[in-house]
Amino acid sequence: MKAYWEPEKETMSKDALVALQNRRLERQLEAVYKNVLPYKEKMVKSGVEPGDIKGIEDLHKLPFTVKTDLRDNYPYGLFATPMRDVVRIHASSGTTGKQTVVGYTQDDIAIWNECMARSLTMTGATKDDVVHVSYGYGLFTGGLGGHYGGEAIGAATVPASVGNTKRQLQMFEDFGSTVLLCTPSYAMYLGEMVENAGIKEKLKLRIGVHGAEPWTEGLREQIEQALGLICYDIFGLSEICGPGVSCECQARDGLHVQEDHFYPEIIDPVTGEPQPDNVPGELVFTCLTKQALPLIRYNTRDITTLTHQPCSCGRTMVRMGKITGRTDDMLIIRGVNVFPSQIESVLMEIPEASPNYFITVDRENNLDTLEVQVELREFSDEIRLMSHLEERITHEILSILGISVKVILTAPGTIARSEGKAKRVQDNRK
Amino acid sequence: MLIDQVSVFVRNSPGQLETVMSVLEGGGIDIRALSLADTSDFGILRIIVNNPGEALDVLQKNGVMAKITEVIAVKLDDKPGGLQRVLSVLSGKGISVEYIYAFITRKDQDACVIMRVENNADAVVALKGASIALLPPEDIYGL
Repeated sequence: MKAYWEPEKETMSKDALVALQNRRLERQLEAVYKNVLPYKEKMVKSGVEPGDIKGIEDLHKLPFTVKTDLRDNYPYGLFATPMRDVVRIHASSGTTGKQTVVGYTQDDIAIWNECMARSLTMTGATKDDVVHVSYGYGLFTGGLGGHYGGEAIGAATVPASVGNTKRQLQMFEDFGSTVLLCTPSYAMYLGEMVENAGIKEKLKLRIGVHGAEPWTEGLREQIEQALGLICYDIFGLSEICGPGVSCECQARDGLHVQEDHFYPEIIDPVTGEPQPDNVPGELVFTCLTKQALPLIRYNTRDITTLTHQPCSCGRTMVRMGKITGRTDDMLIIRGVNVFPSQIESVLMEIPEASPNYFITVDRENNLDTLEVQVELREFSDEIRLMSHLEERITHEILSILGISVKVILTAPGTIARSEGKAKRVQDNRK
Repeated sequence: MLIDQVSVFVRNSPGQLETVMSVLEGGGIDIRALSLADTSDFGILRIIVNNPGEALDVLQKNGVMAKITEVIAVKLDDKPGGLQRVLSVLSGKGISVEYIYAFITRKDQDACVIMRVENNADAVVALKGASIALLPPEDIYGL
């Protein structure tokens, strides 16, 4: 079995890696300055020229790129190559508003596939596997990204896409699927269906590779239990390239970032200052090799940490922690910062509750209210015990978030299931 | 001597109870006794039916959250103090009652109650010791 897909890159020494990053950054900035007018204007405005940036240690002198830059230059304004060199278009899933468009050259696609191949190899997947891709195929990068990654390692790749869950289970059984690629919430849903159908023992699934939304360790355990596999966290975003920007190795202690292509920084969300290892902040990426849409210091708004500590797997690539939330899906409730993932982590500790929840935010008499609908796993027919359960969840959330919420217990299947990214919040305050 | 009661979790919104009833109808289930406890968010429907196993099966197959709860059925003396006598036996043994609901048998018009108590085994011993008539499952399901 191959331990690394590209050992010469994935295990290169820190010095060699920095030298490579510096070289690539220099070339990238020249191209961007020359070919992308909005970038040139941005740099001129902040008084920096490509020549001022000697290497990645000077990166902090450059202005950030944010989602609105992509929207303002919709659709192709930030592209650095002529359209005739673009071979693929994707669009962001628009989780937080109007969609943004991204483009890839032939080389961009090749690098993306390579990063996916590195990622799948990291999780232990090989050409002997049957890779079942239940990410949506289409403008969302999950489907095609996973698909070409599966093919790149030589695995039998099944473009199952999302939906028709019954048929998905049938394919698991008939095709002998061993690796499952999908969002964690869809994996949980598939897990519930497998449990209902009582076919877990018939399945050969051994590896789950899940990303595109933040998820907790508790959800990981539940997916593993339901489907009988080992789950790995994979990360990507369409603006940088789809899945494969980073992925967990078998040590499952952080996600190795393919930093020879995508250079990560963590910044303080308020001051914008770079943060040291292990201090949480917003994740920022600079594309070192991307041709069509080479974003510089793109602020993902995802919150995580970085660590340069050596990993037991032997890879030298920096590791990022799990994404714990996004500064833009952060809810401010009565002045308190609340992330939906915090509520999920509370529910994971309550055996009677399932990880299916829905948050409704409202404002009554100028006071923010937060209601959490929780699907039950089991119930008691004694109202007294049910009230206790409701109180327990309310109390646990209060102790974690510092705010009181209204908990509503509800039956399984009440909350709509998603096949892509889970929608967990409805904010009616606007 | 314990009776299998079907307990159903019902969301507190229009049509939910009706959905449960139509599932039961579809399964050919006959209801002998019924009680509904409710809060502002949800209700718990407790029913005694002709075939609890089949009822549970058909409910779960239709995505209704349900389970079997063991309860005690007691025939009362249909006169003042009938229920009081039963409760005094239980309280005398320190057994608390979680819920209780009444029904009348079709054949003899007997007054009966379904009780969910803290400890079924102790309650059965206490009631039998006081010569209180417990209704066996077959009598209840086939009422």
